Amino acid sequence: MVSSGTKARDGAGQATRFLDAYERMLLIRAFETAIHRLFLRGEVHGTTHLYAGQEASAVGVCLALEPDDYVAGTYRGHGHALAKGTPPAALAAEMLGRATGVCGGRAGSMNVIDLEHGLVGCFGIVGGSIAAALGAALSAKRQGRVSVAFFGDGATNQGYFHECLNMAAVAALPAIFVCENNLYGEFTPMAAVTAGADIPGRARSFGMPSLSVDGNDVWAVEEAAREAVERARSGGGPTLLETRTYRHYGHSKSDPGDYRTDGELEQWMERDPLRLTRERLLAEGIGEERLVAVEAAVEEQMSTAVDEALAAPYPDPAVERASEFR
Amino acid sequence: MAQLEFRVAIRDALAEELERDPSVVFFGEDIAAAGGVFKATPDLYERFGPKRVFDTPISELALAGAAFGAAVTGLRPVFEVMFGDFMGLAMDSLVNQAAKFWYISGEQASVPLVVRSAVGGGGRFGAIHSQIHGTWFQSVPGLKIVCPSSPAEAKGLLKAAIRDDNPVIFLEHKRLYSVKGAAPPDGEILPLGEARIARAGDDLTIVALGKNVTDALRAADELAADGLSAEVIDLRSLRPLDLDTVLESVARTQRLLLVEEGPRTGGWATGLLGAVTERGLHDLDDAWIIATAETPIPYSPTLEDAFMPDAAAITREVRERLGAGVA
Repeated sequence: MVSSGTKARDGAGQATRFLDAYERMLLIRAFETAIHRLFLRGEVHGTTHLYAGQEASAVGVCLALEPDDYVAGTYRGHGHALAKGTPPAALAAEMLGRATGVCGGRAGSMNVIDLEHGLVGCFGIVGGSIAAALGAALSAKRQGRVSVAFFGDGATNQGYFHECLNMAAVAALPAIFVCENNLYGEFTPMAAVTAGADIPGRARSFGMPSLSVDGNDVWAVEEAAREAVERARSGGGPTLLETRTYRHYGHSKSDPGDYRTDGELEQWMERDPLRLTRERLLAEGIGEERLVAVEAAVEEQMSTAVDEALAAPYPDPAVERASEFR
Repeated sequence: MAQLEFRVAIRDALAEELERDPSVVFFGEDIAAAGGVFKATPDLYERFGPKRVFDTPISELALAGAAFGAAVTGLRPVFEVMFGDFMGLAMDSLVNQAAKFWYISGEQASVPLVVRSAVGGGGRFGAIHSQIHGTWFQSVPGLKIVCPSSPAEAKGLLKAAIRDDNPVIFLEHKRLYSVKGAAPPDGEILPLGEARIARAGDDLTIVALGKNVTDALRAADELAADGLSAEVIDLRSLRPLDLDTVLESVARTQRLLLVEEGPRTGGWATGLLGAVTERGLHDLDDAWIIATAETPIPYSPTLEDAFMPDAAAITREVRERLGAGVA
């Protein structure tokens, strides 16, 4: 769990905290690289939506949360789960449909649930996370917690977005709505289907504090999230945070990303959040050898997680107890 | 015996469960300060305060999603979708989130929510304020669908629904709100998913739901004068569906009539008839369905009255089908 509370620290402590964040971002990237490879080998079934390129968004937000705060993620949710603390081996096993998966192999890539780590779910319906987080915020208000919805730019054209932001605002619920604007809803450019193309402006129309940050800058995301979390926890109501970012892969495994303009991907790769984070950590005095050590440790951790997942059994339909009701 | 009005039974069930369990919350459109458009929920807001009982925007999609999210994080939400017809808007969170959570999470947690709605025709509300949405949801594993037929049933079943750990769709027939009946014993909790024999009989089994149970009981009185002894089963729940009670009854009567306020195609009656046929064909001498026409529900009183299955229609159909003095 990357989360280390809302109390930001200074100097070396702060740099170490962001070194932890870098480690978690590396883990997400290594996870998605592994899942991509396993998909091509036929070990990941159906489809999968990779989070690579957007790591600073989930990690920056979760850095501002406590372990028992709630998060709702999307079908592009591996990063949301890992940032909130889901163990990579259990998540990988879920992708592979194995019995040791975080949901016993019943959920798959798009629908991961991990309540132990505050993940109320990842949602295969665009915008579903917004409503789930709204409901979790009803509980969170009693419990002194906060509730975060991650969703994409496409979800801002769903009824869920408008209904839930309105309701959260009128009830002053402790919710943070994090719109990860990666410029495309499936294959269609955001601006082509989003009137006004101003997502924070939509939230402002509900009287909700709202801002847009560089979603590839984990410091910027964490600072904005921390402010939103403090507002929510102190009874100040919800916030919308737009994290402007980019996915390195296509929408899903069937999408080569042909609609991208020439040079667009290359331009964004220059602003790869891992690269930006590494450069800044070096500038802040974290030595090259510490970074290399962290990078090696993550590779090792991911490799072990994949081995564990691949070695795990499939659920056995002969012994699987299917219960419709609790 | 003490009498209880159906709408008061609903209010009392909510009040008792709000009182008993602090995790129960109740919300919806105009349910708090105004006490509900059918006056089923007055005084709850005053008694339990705005943290437990609150009005919401007219946002059914958000209400259902909020109930789901609250239910998986420690609350036991009850919410009202004023007319069942509006449940189309709430469907995604109920079908794609609440219904599936227990199973696909690997049984990490269940979703203890209840969604109450006023349903059914006969009130001259027209095509889009008169439907019964139970069958829209009946094919979704993970949902319970409950429909009371009397004040005592309403109280005991709603209390059970609120205590149940699974998502429950609760149907309140509009024509029942003003009905008075015997009050149940204090604290009675009725089981979900079990049908009830509302009247015992030997010659014909009539299965009905909600308001049609009252119609079937009236018809049974009429038919008794013909010498025909009809058993009336109050189905009470569409999911789980209590097939066993129906099979046991048919084994005695050999005749089955299913009465549904809703179209035959895709209705619960066709499904139940299929299930009875599959398991109890050897017991059946006759079986048929009274359902509504395959059109939207009409507005005009003459058209709507002809559209709705009522006691007279049931009596007439049975006489035509079986002849007088069939026993």
